[in-house]
Amino acid sequence: MTEKDEEMIETMQSKHDKTIDEMVNKDYEFGFQTDIETELAPKGLNEDTIRFISKKKNEPEFMLEFRLKAYKHWLTMKEPEWSVVKYPPIDFQDIHYYAAPKKKIELESMDDVDPELKRTFEKLGIPLLEQKRMAGVAVDAIFDSVSVATTYKKKLLEHGVVFCPISEALEEYPELVKKYMGSVVPHTDNFYAALNAAVFTDGSFVYIPKGVKCPMDLSSYFRINTENTGQFERTLIICEEKASVTYLEGCTAPMFDTNQLHAAVVELVALDDASIDYSTVQNWYAGDKETGKGGIFNFVTKRGKCLGARSKISWTQIETGSAITWKYPSCLLIGDDSVGEFYSVALTNHFQQADTGTKMIHIGKNTKSTIISKGISAGKSANTYRGLVQMNKSAKGARNYTQCDSMLIGDKCSANTLPTIDIRNQSAQCEHEASTSRVGEDQLFYLMSRGISLDEALATIVSGFCQDVFKKLPDEFAVEANQLLGLQLEHSVG
Amino acid sequence: MLEIKNLHAKIVEENLPILKGVNLTIKAGETHAIMGPNGSGKSTLSKVLAGDPAYEITAGEIILDGKPIQEESETDRALMGLFMAFQYPVEVPGVNNGSFLRMAYNAQRKFREEEEVDPLEFQTVLEKKLNLVGMDESFLDRDLNFGFSGGEKKRNEILQMAVLDPKVAILDETDSGLDVDALKSVGEVVSALKRPDNAFLVITHYQRLLNYIVPDVVHAMVDGRIVQTGDKSLALTLDEHGYETVGTAS
Ligand SMILES: Nc1ncnc2c1ncn2[C@@H]1O[C@H](COP(=O)(O)OP(=O)(O)OP(=O)(O)O)[C@@H](O)[C@H]1O
Ligand SMILES: [Mg+2]
Repeated sequence: MTEKDEEMIETMQSKHDKTIDEMVNKDYEFGFQTDIETELAPKGLNEDTIRFISKKKNEPEFMLEFRLKAYKHWLTMKEPEWSVVKYPPIDFQDIHYYAAPKKKIELESMDDVDPELKRTFEKLGIPLLEQKRMAGVAVDAIFDSVSVATTYKKKLLEHGVVFCPISEALEEYPELVKKYMGSVVPHTDNFYAALNAAVFTDGSFVYIPKGVKCPMDLSSYFRINTENTGQFERTLIICEEKASVTYLEGCTAPMFDTNQLHAAVVELVALDDASIDYSTVQNWYAGDKETGKGGIFNFVTKRGKCLGARSKISWTQIETGSAITWKYPSCLLIGDDSVGEFYSVALTNHFQQADTGTKMIHIGKNTKSTIISKGISAGKSANTYRGLVQMNKSAKGARNYTQCDSMLIGDKCSANTLPTIDIRNQSAQCEHEASTSRVGEDQLFYLMSRGISLDEALATIVSGFCQDVFKKLPDEFAVEANQLLGLQLEHSVG
Repeated sequence: MLEIKNLHAKIVEENLPILKGVNLTIKAGETHAIMGPNGSGKSTLSKVLAGDPAYEITAGEIILDGKPIQEESETDRALMGLFMAFQYPVEVPGVNNGSFLRMAYNAQRKFREEEEVDPLEFQTVLEKKLNLVGMDESFLDRDLNFGFSGGEKKRNEILQMAVLDPKVAILDETDSGLDVDALKSVGEVVSALKRPDNAFLVITHYQRLLNYIVPDVVHAMVDGRIVQTGDKSLALTLDEHGYETVGTAS
């Protein structure tokens, strides 16, 4: 090769890199802060902070005890270091643990919402919140730490369905909350679960009584608005025998230079023949594209307990935001013939890191689980699938199917697949498939040679790659997920 | 309609020259055929014309309908009316064939500042084309080329051509892998699309396709150059005697 040729190849190379870097300049759409009067607890964490939160919320005594116990345990714990993600140490004394819009808002519909807040929702353009277009979905909007609007509450109650902020549930259904809170994710589970148990401020509560198929999809919409606040919401969903519900969750945050901590806990309980579908579209602010500064640390513990026979819990997640995502929505398959599912698309770009996957713990007989994970890495990001399939001795005839596919865009990103399979009885079966591919130049050329633009071609290929998961989403969410992917990937190759 | 002047091109990654001065002029309303031994650069020519970034043009010009296009992106070349039926169509899992066709069709319409069509309207457009190509509707519900048989992939290329109705269509060995009926229907599609203001370039190894698509001009390509040009009888000669003797007589 002559020197000139090498030079030529080098410029080709940097041209390619440049276009990859262009993607880094894609702006985060939801990075505005809403100007709403907020009541803040002073920064820092101690027993007083916890008493303050509990008092603010008029909580029953058992709740304060629950919190304090968790706090004491948390003090004995160390931040976990086993995951692949890297981040500077978090100063837990530099966080506001309570932030709430000053006006207490009581509403029956979105019409009653503070206009400023409503504008925020409009700006977000989340179809979930556009009541007109989305009649038929009940929404609980969580702004910083407080639930500000739950819609369709009355209508749902006619069917016996409870859908309300968890703080309200503590007042009206304390027995239910007491019975189930912490029963799936105990405060001893992990560092962030303990922290959440100590300081959680709100979240959604759902109760579907025996035999009821929830008449509409339920949805929570989370937004962190205030700088230096942590968001610690807690969601609890209980499905009695033969009951079923579909639950959707969406998230955004403004752009700040400092990292913000989101440490949520979600607990699902399904009794005999009950079924819970839980979908998440997570689009938290991912941090600065050039420097990686700022962005949300998304450290979430999500777990479902298939307590009853033939119960089913299905997790679907589209993870496109956050500086760091660290979550493993899991299923404890206790009831015989119960079913756990995990469908995931995790897209990382720029400096994002994602370490996500699932745990399927088979305990009951003939329990079945399916894992389909699609990881897409672009830019300088790192994307790890981490999974555990455990077949206990009692799980006779249990079965698992796992498929983990990774797609790389550009050559500065990385993908890891770390599956663990732990089989303790001979009748259990696991099937595992994995693949890693690069977005094919030949596929891009093929689509473009039909007049389709580069961005659209890339989005089309990636969305094709994610089809197995998108198929599991309710229609509106699938459209939104597709658009999000397209936006995140704009200008990422060339 | 399509003018190729002294075209030189190489494979970027290998830095390997493949096209070594191709000259070719196709007038509106004409059909040309290129024949040539394996590895002579026929597919390379097709891909270079369509703008495949794996290749770099080192000299020469490509003029489509009066406009030089070698600086245009692959997308823009397609929008300007160039179409290439791939010798090896690419599989794109998860992408619905029907939606893909509509996406391409709408890209063309948008480029011409016409309104995009919704799935229902597109259905009517498609029905005619499916009939013409003799393809079953069920192929629209499948993933783009995914798991298609060799012949089905080729037919799908022809369907795309019929839907996009290009100014210049290049068919790279569309005949290989096709059964006789399919071959015939490709011929019918080309006849149906043929107009005084468009042109076809057909690449093939076999004279038999040229019974269905009768070329006005036949070229022989050897080692990255057109070495001989003649009328359709040249195809017969090449088919019978191979390429040993060509080039010397021109
Ligand atoms: N990526 C590549 N790396 C190395 N050589 C290549 C590459 N792509 C093409 N070539 C070479 O370029 C030459 C021309 O290939 P091309 O596909 O254009 O031939 P063709 O005339 O279409 O052949 P066929 O009749 O077999 O289809 C061949 O020698 C081929 O091996
Ligand atoms: Mg070829």
